[in-house]
Amino acid sequence: MSISLLTFYLFSAILLLSSLMVISTKNPVHSVLFLILAFLNAAGIFVILHAEFLAMILIIVYVGAVAVLFLFVVMMLDFKTSLEKDNILQYMPIGLLIGLVFIAELVIVLINTRLDLSNIQILTNPLSNFLDQSNTEAIGSILYTNYVLYFQLSGVILLVAMVGSIVLTLRDREGVKRQIVSEQVDRKGKIELVDVKSGEGVDI
Amino acid sequence: MNALQSNIFELITIIFYCILIFIPLLVGVVLALYADRKIWAAVQKRRGPNVVGPFGLFQVPADGLKFIFKEIILPDSADKIVFLIAPIITLALSIAAWAVIPVQAGVVLANINVGILYIFAISSLGVYGILMAGWSSNSKYPFFGALRSAAQMVSYEVSIGFVIVTVLMCVGSLNLSEIVIAQKNIWFFIPLFPMFIVFFISALAETNRPPFDLPEAESELVAGYQTEYSGMPFVLFLFGEYINILLMCAMTTILFLGGWLPPIDVYPLNAIPGFVWFILKVTLVFYMFAMVKAFVPRYRYDQLMRLGWKVFLPLSLLAVVLTSSILFFFKLAPGMS
Repeated sequence: MSISLLTFYLFSAILLLSSLMVISTKNPVHSVLFLILAFLNAAGIFVILHAEFLAMILIIVYVGAVAVLFLFVVMMLDFKTSLEKDNILQYMPIGLLIGLVFIAELVIVLINTRLDLSNIQILTNPLSNFLDQSNTEAIGSILYTNYVLYFQLSGVILLVAMVGSIVLTLRDREGVKRQIVSEQVDRKGKIELVDVKSGEGVDI
Repeated sequence: MNALQSNIFELITIIFYCILIFIPLLVGVVLALYADRKIWAAVQKRRGPNVVGPFGLFQVPADGLKFIFKEIILPDSADKIVFLIAPIITLALSIAAWAVIPVQAGVVLANINVGILYIFAISSLGVYGILMAGWSSNSKYPFFGALRSAAQMVSYEVSIGFVIVTVLMCVGSLNLSEIVIAQKNIWFFIPLFPMFIVFFISALAETNRPPFDLPEAESELVAGYQTEYSGMPFVLFLFGEYINILLMCAMTTILFLGGWLPPIDVYPLNAIPGFVWFILKVTLVFYMFAMVKAFVPRYRYDQLMRLGWKVFLPLSLLAVVLTSSILFFFKLAPGMS
């Protein structure tokens, strides 16, 4: 029993438990916090698989940005009043249906793929072929050569999504006072330096 | 059995190294707190702490002792578990980031290949401590402070990310030691001077330092997310904050000021061990942090957001494009010549 195996079991146990807690806690903020814990443990499993670049990107993108926005929205909800009204049975049928669809898909995939145990090494440690170069270089050399079209395409899709969401929320409101820094800093024509003779004063 | 023994031995050495990092860090935080107050006082023509111990050096440990013996007040309507976890997370994350900081050639606890991404990831997690503290206090001012802090940290992380990308393009590696070694000929703050400035200001915002200390702006929000904290949890927040500040100083040193390298590679200078240079540079950056705190007035919230999104983000994006073009056309990029 090596330490990496022990850490694997530790991470997976916490991952499973926290994902269970995501759907079973009553408090939505706790759910999001458990979701973050699940993300972190998934990142830990990536590290054990020598995919440290993926692990870091998972943390930076999902935990550092996406989940923060999640937490932002959930924190500002007034859920104390809605907690008592909610009835678990109300959402049970649709939840069960979605769960069943997922299980069916998993079963279909498992039936159709024959698990070849001879190359279990590659299945559990898919990046071992690239151990001579670092994980980041391996991903980069594949992503920017073989899959550059898909990479650029997904970038464009994300850009369109970003522009779209900005357009949807953009609203011109009247009567908003904005600070225009360039106007403030530029004092030409707005300030006049005058030498005042004593006893005479100046006209304004 | 033998494998298990060597594993346990490995674990013990790692724990030993962790303590080796933690204790100097603790001393560093105490000295940084003291220096911060002294510099601030000197700018305002005050004496600063000067009663406890020689030159007031024991003021910070005395304050710490006072906090330890204070009662930990748990607000009645607070979410108690989250309330207590928040400061622990803040401190733990700020210490965890130090595992990959190289203080001298080869002297680093974890010399991982994605060191800079690791630090970026850990510092992006730092926002959770503040968000959890603000939410779990179940009080208006902490909540406002937490919201402000989260928005601020997320905004400035973007420009920090792009600044890091510009540096990485000149290095060709994500490993922090290799970033330092790549500056053997010229420290990056000379060719990338605008990015150095952007990084420094973003680091101020990322660590909630004045002039960007809106999350704890005492004239508006009492003490922001720390309002309901007392005793030991408050000390954890304070220490976490200062360790983060020292981390940002160390990051500035590694990315732009050549880490452990001496200014000129000549005999009397390069005989001095690297960690001395490293500590000297970190101290210099911290001095700049403290001076900014002393003489820059606090930003207004919309000004802060404007600076982050409308000034730094386009500027750092432009720098990424410009640097990569220059490196490409003049064949300067690592691995191109």
